[in-house]
Amino acid sequence: MRYAETGYNLEIDLATGNIERVETDPKMMELHLGGLGTAVKLHWDRVPPETKPFDPGNLLIFSTGLFNGTPAYSANRTIVSFISPQTGLLAYPMMGGFFSSELKYAGYDKIIFRNKSPEWVYIWIHNNKVEIRDATHLVGKGAVETQDLIREELKDPRAEVAAIGLAGENRVFVASIEQSRSSASRGGGGAIMGDKKIKAVAVRGTGGVNLARGPEFMAHLKEVEAYINYRNTNPLPGVMTILSGIGSPQEMKHYDEKWHTESFVWGNARRRRKDFWTKDIEESWKKTQKEAIKRYISCYNCPQQCGALIGHKDTPGYMMKCFSKLTYGMAAYVDDLEFGFEIAQRAFEYGVDSFSTPQILAFAVELYEAGILTDKDFEGCPSDNAGRFFWLLDRMVRREGIGDVLAEGTYWAARKIGKGAEKYDHNTIKKHEQMNIKLGMLDPLYFLMYSTNEKISITQIEGNWPQAAFPNREDREAFVEDWPQIPDEKFKQYFLDWEPRGEKSNPYYPTPQMCAEIVDWMEMLHNIDDALCICAGMASFCLKPPYHIHNYPKLISTATGMDVDEAGLKKIVNRSRNLHRAYNNRLGMSRADEKPPEDHWRRRYPELEEELLTTYYTYKGWNYNGIPTKERLHELDLDYVAQDLEKRGLYQDGKDQKENQDNQD
Amino acid sequence: MAKIKKKIKTIRIEADKCNGCRGCEIICSAYHAEPKYSSVNPAKSRIHITTHRLKNIWLPVFAGEYTPAECMGRDTYIIDGKEYDECSFCRAACPSRDLFKDPDSGLPLRCDMCEGEERPLCVDWCLNDVLIYEEREEEVEEQVEMADVQAGVESLIDKFGLEKIVNTVARLAQKD
Ligand code: SF4
Ligand code: SF4
Ligand code: SF4
Repeated sequence: MRYAETGYNLEIDLATGNIERVETDPKMMELHLGGLGTAVKLHWDRVPPETKPFDPGNLLIFSTGLFNGTPAYSANRTIVSFISPQTGLLAYPMMGGFFSSELKYAGYDKIIFRNKSPEWVYIWIHNNKVEIRDATHLVGKGAVETQDLIREELKDPRAEVAAIGLAGENRVFVASIEQSRSSASRGGGGAIMGDKKIKAVAVRGTGGVNLARGPEFMAHLKEVEAYINYRNTNPLPGVMTILSGIGSPQEMKHYDEKWHTESFVWGNARRRRKDFWTKDIEESWKKTQKEAIKRYISCYNCPQQCGALIGHKDTPGYMMKCFSKLTYGMAAYVDDLEFGFEIAQRAFEYGVDSFSTPQILAFAVELYEAGILTDKDFEGCPSDNAGRFFWLLDRMVRREGIGDVLAEGTYWAARKIGKGAEKYDHNTIKKHEQMNIKLGMLDPLYFLMYSTNEKISITQIEGNWPQAAFPNREDREAFVEDWPQIPDEKFKQYFLDWEPRGEKSNPYYPTPQMCAEIVDWMEMLHNIDDALCICAGMASFCLKPPYHIHNYPKLISTATGMDVDEAGLKKIVNRSRNLHRAYNNRLGMSRADEKPPEDHWRRRYPELEEELLTTYYTYKGWNYNGIPTKERLHELDLDYVAQDLEKRGLYQDGKDQKENQDNQD
Repeated sequence: MAKIKKKIKTIRIEADKCNGCRGCEIICSAYHAEPKYSSVNPAKSRIHITTHRLKNIWLPVFAGEYTPAECMGRDTYIIDGKEYDECSFCRAACPSRDLFKDPDSGLPLRCDMCEGEERPLCVDWCLNDVLIYEEREEEVEEQVEMADVQAGVESLIDKFGLEKIVNTVARLAQKD
């Protein structure tokens, strides 16, 4: 019997309609756990780097993680992986909600789609019965609407459905996949799904997920539960509200948006409005939000409630998550929160990423104001900010007129438009819109997190380490006193010594070496979460979380029956992380790509940045170009990867390693 | 029959607080797995969350008695502007749906208030206080509790007829 995982993948060839239930090798779990780990391995084995995003050979994989379907709280992520049309690298957006547990109960760890369907289809997975069904009647329907239409058609209210909207159908590079109260949105998974002509995937399962040592697993989980209760009743002092609790900051519950609206930039990621949050705004926003929220809702098996059911005036109902309520308003310079709730509904139905999309629309407006886009491009566009955004969104999703170029995101649109538009693409890393937080002074930790992680995504890999130094020593002492989550005692000292100003402050403190260690800790935890498919909000993305490196091994061991300790767990996720790195290197990514936008901080330190990168690479066991060395790969049982990189000429006779060494000296 | 004092365990439901996490289904099915906590399968749970997310419907329902026949009802109710079908509230394992039936055997499931545990587990697991445990003493007629097994056998008899079941049991007994 297989424990925690089902031991089967579903392989669907869309060109031939062939469907297979394939038993997986139990060794894969030992080597890569599951979720992101095993997904990366599949891509490595089966998708050669010559593959372009819209080639039939680009695999689209829906992965559950090791803990989905078990009683582990907040294990509900589904990882969707593919070569991204936007970045050309291996993307892995993830969604919460209810999909992955249902897929496990249906008996599968992953759905692997290859090739393309000739006609629009949706997939219906009901335990052993898997069908490719006609979806021509659903074409043009909204991504949220489609979920209910399919449930009705199947007469199964418990079917979980992941669907795309018009954006995915039209292969918009920032198209998302929507499901229940969540979406897999970064990197254009919706476009790949649309390219394969899959309108939706519906799943329902009535089977079980086995635990190897159930009672012991439950006992460990009880401790996690006690901590969840403790954290829910004892918010952390000294940090901003959204960081004081657990969950994926519970945007729907908080009305105070001073921090987001004043720290993040408005428009095309350009300008901060440091005195935006007035009493009037506060009152009107609170009122709007209160009226719009019908109920707080959570993802599968999670006690937190980061989402809400929205019923805003005449807008049809939908489910809101994260802080999408702000992204459009801020990008459009609309100060009324009502706009946020209205446009979000349309955007979710279209199925677009609510971080990238507003930035792309704001970029278009800026180009228009600069005269690079003209009246002809904007013919028929209303002149008010809100109206312009609705108009542009419609164009982009339908790929009409100027919308056709905007559909490819800021980076590609800028290059297609030309005439100096490239200068206005100033918020992408690796061709992908980044978080629009732009500050004064280089932050060394964020520099590394932004630049180097394979997530290339909005949350980056931050989380367990505080975002800023605490002003008072006493507060710092109190903070470290109760900090069981840290992987090593030394981090306490790093934090105690970290000052907001002076010698031991940004950008020279934490030192590059410390930064490398801290970032490595962050990404280790993110990679564990992504293998287990635990919500980062209960682990890697929050301060003092319920899950951490000291309780994960116990939970994994008792769930799977395979004994793993902390060192063993770290090795497994390092293996997957390096495999992912090598995969992206093979797709052409190198040191030159690892830099945040030029104006990301007003004050930059080019030499320090180089040193940070080199120190971090060395710490990770990578060469000067950010490619894992043969030695590192050997340690991680990845010799086959080293051989492949060698064969492809990615190591230049050891020259890179030497350069790295020289840089260190 | 004699009157005896009996502790009645009940669970009050405050459905408006339900966030739809289905945690109660998970713990119920894990607890009732054989052996305990060896697997999770919400389809085997004795509590079920009826949802219609966009209509703001999240409704926990506990498995009640098994019924051999469908009811005549199926009316629709509108409560607080939300539309419910009568089956949404129904606790029965009935022939017209697969709810509250073991997906493997088809046998009916019934909430047993987590016999053997101090408190119902779904109540503890629901961290949003939707499920509220209540206990009271009542004088009741002494009667034999219909155990799960009995309900199961009854449903089999309904399905296949008494004779078939008796013959099957006899055949199985001979094998041993
Ligand atoms: S913490 Fe929030 S986002 Fe994460 S699983 Fe729970 S409800 Fe979902
Ligand atoms: S555990 Fe509570 S909140 Fe979650 S579905 Fe059950 S009743 Fe609702
Ligand atoms: S009381 Fe026990 S048996 Fe009844 S639904 Fe809750 S967990 Fe299941």
